[in-house]
Amino acid sequence: MLPEGGMGVEIVPASGELNVGPQHPGAGHMRIVVKLNGDIIEDVDLDVGYVHRSVEKLCESRNYMHLIPLVERPAILDSIHMNLGYIIAVEKILNVQPPERAQYLRSFAAEVNRIASHLYGLGILTVFLGHSTGFMWGFGDREVWVEILQALTGARVTNSYVIPGGVRRDLGSSIVEMTNKALDYTERKLKDWRSMVLNNPVLRARLENVGVMSKENAIKWGAVGPNLRASGVYYDVRKTEPYGAYDKLDFEIPVYKEGDGFARTLVRFEEIEQSMKIIRQIIKDIPEGPILADRFLNQIPPTRRKKWLEEQRRVVFPGYYASFRPPKGEAISRIEAGRGELVYYVVSDGTAHPYRLRMITPSYRLIYVFKQLSKGARYADLVSIYGSLDYFPPEADR
Amino acid sequence: MQELKNTFGIEGKAESDRRIMIEIPDPAQIRKVAEFLREKGIDHVKSITGIDYPDQKKFSIVYHVSSYGDFELAKLILSLRTYVPYERPEIETLYEIWPSVWTFERETYEMLGITFKGHPDLRRMFLPEDFEGVYPLRKSFKVKQEALFIDKQA
Repeated sequence: MLPEGGMGVEIVPASGELNVGPQHPGAGHMRIVVKLNGDIIEDVDLDVGYVHRSVEKLCESRNYMHLIPLVERPAILDSIHMNLGYIIAVEKILNVQPPERAQYLRSFAAEVNRIASHLYGLGILTVFLGHSTGFMWGFGDREVWVEILQALTGARVTNSYVIPGGVRRDLGSSIVEMTNKALDYTERKLKDWRSMVLNNPVLRARLENVGVMSKENAIKWGAVGPNLRASGVYYDVRKTEPYGAYDKLDFEIPVYKEGDGFARTLVRFEEIEQSMKIIRQIIKDIPEGPILADRFLNQIPPTRRKKWLEEQRRVVFPGYYASFRPPKGEAISRIEAGRGELVYYVVSDGTAHPYRLRMITPSYRLIYVFKQLSKGARYADLVSIYGSLDYFPPEADR
Repeated sequence: MQELKNTFGIEGKAESDRRIMIEIPDPAQIRKVAEFLREKGIDHVKSITGIDYPDQKKFSIVYHVSSYGDFELAKLILSLRTYVPYERPEIETLYEIWPSVWTFERETYEMLGITFKGHPDLRRMFLPEDFEGVYPLRKSFKVKQEALFIDKQA
C-alpha cells in the first residue's frame, strides 16, 4: 500500500470486448472481436467474410476455361498456385498429361511465385511489429520476382499461365538471364535480411515463445503449410504427392520443432532459399520439347502452330478450349501453395460448367488455428500471432 | 479397408493408389466410421463439401480426410460420402473426433442449410448479417446476371 497522499494507482481487473478492425491497420479485411480479461485474451471471434465474393457459386455458371481468372482472384499474390491447383483437378477429369517441358515450367513459375508470396508475408509481419524497413524491403525484393513472372506470363498480378494440358508461354533466353540476375541479387539480399530482420532483438522478442503451437495441436486443428512445418510435422505436398517436376528436383523441406512465431518466420525464410535452389536446377535441367499436350496442339492449324510456337514461343488457344465438356466424374487435387496446402474438388456432370467446385485455400484452414492460438495470449501479441501465421483474409473468404 | 467392410458392411472403391472413395449409405453411421478411421491414424479433415441434388431431393456430403502424422498414410486421401434428405437435412458433427471440421461445418451450414448436430458454434460465417433468401449454394439460388448492352452504330 502506498502512503496516504502519494500517487496511488488503483488497478481494477477489467474484462470486456474489444473490436479490432475491419479497418485497423493490423487486421486487413477482417474484424476480430477479442474478449479480454486484463490484457489476456480469453477468446477470439473472427468475423470473416468482408471480401467474400462467392467463387464457388459463380463457378457453377461459367465454363471451365472462364474459371481460370476467377479462381485466381482470392490470392492475387499467389495466383500461379491457385491456377495450377485448379488445372490439375481439371486435367484429372479430362485425363490429360502435360508434356515434360510444361511440367518444369509449371514448377518454375510456382517457385518464383512462392518467393514473391513469402517476401510479401515477411514484409507484412514486420510492419505489424513496427519494423517498416522490413516492409519496404519485402515489397522491394518481391518486385524482382514479380518482374520475372510478368516477363514470363505477360501479366503482373493474375497470371492465368497454366492451362489444361500445358502452359501458355515458353521460357525465353532473356527471362533466363533475368532470373540469374534475380537469384544473385536475392542471395545477397537474404544475408541483409538475416542480420537486419531475423536477428533483430526487437523482432525476436516479439516472436519467440509467442503463439506456441505444439505438434499435437497443429495436427488436431488442421494447420497447413509453413505453420504446420514450424510445429515439427514433416508434410509438404511437393514431397507426399509430387506434381509438376518436383519428383525430379532435389530440395529439402525446412522443419522446426519450436512451433512459435519465430520458427514460422524461419521456415518461410528458408523456403525462399530452397525455392532458389529449385529454380537454379530447373534452369539447368529443363528439357526441350512442346509446352502443350499433343492432343490439343494438333487442333491448331499447322501454319499458325508453326508461327506461334516456334517464332513467338507461345500458345494460341485451339478452339477446343472455348467450351469443352469433360466427361462425368469428380477429381480432387492438392498442391503446396505459398501459404500451405490448397485443395480443389471438382464434380463434373458432363456439361460445360462444373456441377460443384470446392476450393479449400490454406488461409481458410487457418481460421480455426488462429482462433485457438490466440486464446491465452497477451493482447499485444495478437498482431504478432496474426502476422506470423501469414493469414491472408481474401484467400480465406474466397 | 477389408476391416471397414467387415465392421460396417460398407464398400470402398480405390480410384488409384492415392485415392479411396467410401460410400456410407446411412448418415447415422458417419460418427462410428470416423472414430474407426481416427484410430487408424487419419488425423485431420481436408474439406467438407455439400452438394445439392434438387432432382433427387437430397444433399450429398463429402468428407476428404487424410493424415499428417504418418508420412505413408499422408499419400492417401479418403473421401467419405453420405447423403441427407431435403426434409431433414441434419447430420452429427465430427467436432469431437476431428476438431479441424469447425470451419467446414459452419460454412456448409450457412451455404446449404445442413445442420450439424452438436457443433459448438453453429453460426453464420461469411454472409452479411442482414442476408435474406434461400441458402446460396443450393441450386434454387440463382445468381443475378447483369446484362451488357452495346449500342450498334447505324
